Amino acid sequence: MAIIETSSKAAAVNPLKMSQPLGAAYAFLGMNRCMPVMHGSQGCTSFGLVLLVRHFREAIPLQTTAMNEVSSILGGMENIEKAVLNIRLRAKPDLIAICSTGLTETKGDDVNAYLRLIRQKHPDLADTALAYVSTPDYTGAFQDGWAKAVEALIRALGEPQPGLQTRAKQINLLAGCHLTPADIEELRDIVQSFGLEPIVLPDVSSSLDGHLPDNFSPTSMGGTTLAEMRALGASIVSIAIGEQMRASAQAVQELSGVPYVVFDRLTGLQANDRFLAYLEYVSGQPIPARYRRQRSQLQDAMLDGHFFFGGVKVAIGAEPDLLLSLSAWLAEMGCEIGCAVTTTTSPVLDGVPAARVVIGDLEDLEQGARRASAGLLVTHSHGRQAAERLHIPFHRAGLPMFDRLGAGHCLSVGYRGTRGLIFEIGNLLLAAGHAHTPDDWQLPQSTRDALALATPVQGESS
Amino acid sequence: MTALKLKIQEVFEEPACEKNQAKTEKQRKAGCSKQLAPGAAAGGCAFDGAKIALQPIVDVAHLVHGPIACEGNSWDNRHAASSGVQTYRTGFTTDINELDVIYGGEKRLYKAVKEIIEKYDPPAVFVYQTCVTALTGDDIEAVCKAASAKFGKPVIPVNSPGFAGVKNLGNKLAGEALLDYVIGTVEPEFTTPYDINIIGEYNLSGELWQITPLLDAMGVRVLSCISGDGRYREIASSHRARASMMVCSKAMINVARKMEERYGIPFFEGSFYGIGDVSDSLRQIARLLVQQGAPAELMDRTEALIAVEEARAWSRLAHYKKRLAGKRVLLITGGVKSWSVVAALQEVGIEIVGTSVKKSTREDKERIKEIMGDEAHMIDDMTPREMYAMLKEARADIMLSGGRSQFIALKAKMPWLDINQERHHAYAGYEGMITLVSEIDRALYNPVWEQVRAPAPWE
Repeated sequence: MAIIETSSKAAAVNPLKMSQPLGAAYAFLGMNRCMPVMHGSQGCTSFGLVLLVRHFREAIPLQTTAMNEVSSILGGMENIEKAVLNIRLRAKPDLIAICSTGLTETKGDDVNAYLRLIRQKHPDLADTALAYVSTPDYTGAFQDGWAKAVEALIRALGEPQPGLQTRAKQINLLAGCHLTPADIEELRDIVQSFGLEPIVLPDVSSSLDGHLPDNFSPTSMGGTTLAEMRALGASIVSIAIGEQMRASAQAVQELSGVPYVVFDRLTGLQANDRFLAYLEYVSGQPIPARYRRQRSQLQDAMLDGHFFFGGVKVAIGAEPDLLLSLSAWLAEMGCEIGCAVTTTTSPVLDGVPAARVVIGDLEDLEQGARRASAGLLVTHSHGRQAAERLHIPFHRAGLPMFDRLGAGHCLSVGYRGTRGLIFEIGNLLLAAGHAHTPDDWQLPQSTRDALALATPVQGESS
Repeated sequence: MTALKLKIQEVFEEPACEKNQAKTEKQRKAGCSKQLAPGAAAGGCAFDGAKIALQPIVDVAHLVHGPIACEGNSWDNRHAASSGVQTYRTGFTTDINELDVIYGGEKRLYKAVKEIIEKYDPPAVFVYQTCVTALTGDDIEAVCKAASAKFGKPVIPVNSPGFAGVKNLGNKLAGEALLDYVIGTVEPEFTTPYDINIIGEYNLSGELWQITPLLDAMGVRVLSCISGDGRYREIASSHRARASMMVCSKAMINVARKMEERYGIPFFEGSFYGIGDVSDSLRQIARLLVQQGAPAELMDRTEALIAVEEARAWSRLAHYKKRLAGKRVLLITGGVKSWSVVAALQEVGIEIVGTSVKKSTREDKERIKEIMGDEAHMIDDMTPREMYAMLKEARADIMLSGGRSQFIALKAKMPWLDINQERHHAYAGYEGMITLVSEIDRALYNPVWEQVRAPAPWE
């Protein structure tokens, strides 16, 4: 069991962490026809927006309540009201989802109360769903914001409908923020191949998967619909992917009595074996042939790849669920986790196969990597400077990934995703391998000296 | 907060701002920060502006005092280039927690400054105020003062919390921090009659380096660039320059104007975008220096350089002129670029179907009128939907804008080129003009358009 340490520095240097509201806004982007709003000053939204744009290379709908000094002190009721009315007028979304920021939490705005007042004042807003989640910047991290936002959405929009009947094939797939759009698409595919009908929440796989729509939309497109939200209670089970989604699964259970299971990771052979076995059990359908084939392909890839992974010391920095997923799989491939850094607390950190996990920044990661003589650095794009200084190969994982194309299509779950990851990282390690030269195995001077003494000079022997 | 209030008022009183001068006493007092519309606002905040303006000082540590959002979500997202030291690309933040919100974060800030000085030994630390720590009342000026005294190193407070206003205000407040704490605190090792400052040039993608060879050839020395590829000591000694050029549309006009007032350094506003504008700016630099006592032969040398370089640039552009004549560009940008890029593109015969003037000053708009003949193509506030429609209906062949609106063009299956801060290409000087035109050419003639616009065979 890893020891969990919190970095005791006063200054975070090269942050690994991003803020809660950004995680929440990202979750909201997995809702169909939604306009996410950060209740804070213009910059709070602008920074988040730019980060998501750079990562996904997509237009990101995200609005601000544009708080200034005066409204920050007097309270943001008026700004929220104006924002809601403005957004409805301009974008006509199905859902306006609001998260707070450090600024408005420091003031202590009671946004739930504001929303009730706004509802009373504007009965014409009845056709627009509103949701709110409290996400101060100064606690938690991106993953916490995502988790809180999904739970808040369930509590705001997932009330069981009168007369709701359980549907025998329907399941809830609650997706953590460590899953890329491609990951979610893969999981949906797998689940559907068992004849199950998943409601994915949140579903960034249809909103941030980089497709060309036929028309322009000011809101998110694709994602979980309000109708699906209202049908969550009709599912036979909620499958939570990532420990962060446990609270959301519990919320569905509280509201509608739907039981749940949590899969803390889906990268790696055994993790997927468990997942498929569960789907077989819950659906009563046999494992489809193509997964049998993919499984053997993964086995083959593991055999081919293990030579390059074995014994490599890895320094990895990621949010808790992604950290567990990648580090546990790397350890299965024969790597040693020499340094693990994360952003926030989580029960899964105990299971990270490292001596200790530091809640810290990329400076901690860089120093840890150096101490451990790491041969591979794994973290988001901001690790590129450290990898350069360390002269070791660098695998980008997580968000933001702004210096590579196709961040949304990186696949690392399922048999197929794991296989791809083996090739990707394996090739990095292969390319970084040392090319031997004739000088590599020179005998040390001491040996040569000793030999010179021991061997008589030619011609002197009798 | 009163100190900040006064500073903001002072910035808004700017006598060198023509817009301000046209106002009545009462209007002027009200300041020029427009109330932003909640739910319909976009763009950066004052903190963002301050960081943008100062981050290009490459050898200092930039420490953000606030919760993780302000630095964690935004660090290392611009391409201000450095010719050496990389300290400015390291993200430093106090990453305050709930207890700091309740009990105050001053002690954490002090310790953070101490840690950074011990570990990184930068020539100075810049401390940025943010909304939350401003609201809880952390006195960064006092902490910086104490830290400066204790560690014997300049620790500079930058009091520009996000909620104070928009990005442009933050640029100016950053300038104020330089004026109050940095400029004039160090003497240069030597001075020459050819020393200039460049103000408001951030060396994005290395654009400053497209200009410095020209200045070198003239014999002009950039004593200090504020702030691109800047070094702390250079900026601290910039008060000994003979003349200044102000580049970025009023972002730091307060710096140029106050340096004129305090140290007698005359300045002009110019642009390094477009062949004509580059030549004009070089002439202006020479003229101001000669006026300040440099030998008159500087003018001749400058004219000779311009003649040679312009001819070389035009011969290199000839190839593109044929390919680009009559192509229509939609230009969505702000400030000085709304006219300087227009002028540049017209030089190769590109037609401008519209240029946004939302962030332009009255003076900027006058220049557009001068260049384009009328106001017909000035766009005040175009919604994304309108941009999309314009491109979808092929009323423009390409859009030039900042990164955030690129997908409006791409989703309409139309070419797009980045001309804002996140771009990777440098477009300044004669060199930059050729790059800009060749990039437009490359975007327009990329075979990908034909393929993505063709329907699927089964449709």
